[in-house]
Amino acid sequence: MTAVLDGIGVAVPDRVVTNDDFAARLDTTDDWIRTRTGIGERRIADPAVATSDLAFAAAQDALKHAGSESPSAVLVATTTPDHPMPGVAPLVAARLGWDAVPAFDVQAACAGFIYGLAAAAGLIATGVSERVLVIGADVMSRITNQDDRATAVLFGDGAGAVTLRAGEAEEPGAIGPFDLGSDGTQVGHLMVEAGGTRVPGPSPEEPARFLSMNGRDVYRHAVRRMTDSSSRLLERAGLEVDDVDRFVAHQANLRILMAVADRLGIPEERRVSNVDRFGNTSAASIPLALADAALRPGERILLTAFGSGFTWGSTLMTWPDLGFVDNDHRR
Amino acid sequence: MSSAVYDKVKELLIDKFGVSEDEVSPEATFSDLDLDSLDLVEFALAAEEEMGVRISDEEAEQLDTLDDTVKLLEKKGATVEGAG
Repeated sequence: MTAVLDGIGVAVPDRVVTNDDFAARLDTTDDWIRTRTGIGERRIADPAVATSDLAFAAAQDALKHAGSESPSAVLVATTTPDHPMPGVAPLVAARLGWDAVPAFDVQAACAGFIYGLAAAAGLIATGVSERVLVIGADVMSRITNQDDRATAVLFGDGAGAVTLRAGEAEEPGAIGPFDLGSDGTQVGHLMVEAGGTRVPGPSPEEPARFLSMNGRDVYRHAVRRMTDSSSRLLERAGLEVDDVDRFVAHQANLRILMAVADRLGIPEERRVSNVDRFGNTSAASIPLALADAALRPGERILLTAFGSGFTWGSTLMTWPDLGFVDNDHRR
Repeated sequence: MSSAVYDKVKELLIDKFGVSEDEVSPEATFSDLDLDSLDLVEFALAAEEEMGVRISDEEAEQLDTLDDTVKLLEKKGATVEGAG
């Protein structure tokens, strides 16, 4: 069986933080941030809000949209779980009132949603689950030094969820094939060094607790890996770039997105971007972009993402007739 | 100044970075051409793809005028397709 998408939902915090808000307290400007990243504003969660809160809200939204609240497997792609242990997925399943369903997290950073879809497709193909709820959720502001102008401006918080059911490969909504990859030799370019077993528990003030990034290397690898992964995927699927109606890349930085699309030869009007309003929401960025894209039934979509690890992944799908997609980003 | 590498650099700047032809000269610096740090990374990537040479981040940071850039590329053995 193939995984077929039949619902989508989103949840972002109410609080909007603009570039000017950062410029008021850090040595940066709206113009600098916009030119280099394409970001205009992002949503930041209040201290009381954890990743599972956003994930749960997005899940409820997606289930309502799918018109099916029957229990399913729950898979959460996240880098910012509520706790080091357990994962977010069992917490979300419990809040949905689902007893004894399969539930686990996928940690592939900003590429997590694509990895999550692949894992979900596996659960469906092997008959473990008839339905899977895949959620990408991150509260990146919690692991980003809000006083570091190089990283603080890049990230936003949010969650996006899709519901998948077992179906046929030819159906609208069918997801696949996939191309996934990683390169752990580049770990130092984008990471949170401390808080795990290699460098355990620093005090909250230590920089090692926050995300660090070598922007140039990340840019170069991101452009290369997403371009190559997308090309490989199209070849595997026996498709040409012209067969792609919409291009939804991980929303990290508008210039990376454009550089990848340029190399693939995807025309501008087919590129989907909402990074101006949400910044980089990590694992949530692909579903947030899908919900915002005003996709039409039958459109073939190429999804690609890249993140810390490095990890990357791409997949294809045709948009099903889902009716109205509620992308009113409130919760 | 005229060489296959210079012509290729000029073509890249015009086609990929929206620089107008009359701004391009050997003495022009990347900042004269309004290219920022990310553009330099992008330029290094494009040079690698189109001319087969790798410019490191450190080297990219040091790039100043187009003349310097062409000299670095030529020293690294940049090849331009179709050039004699």
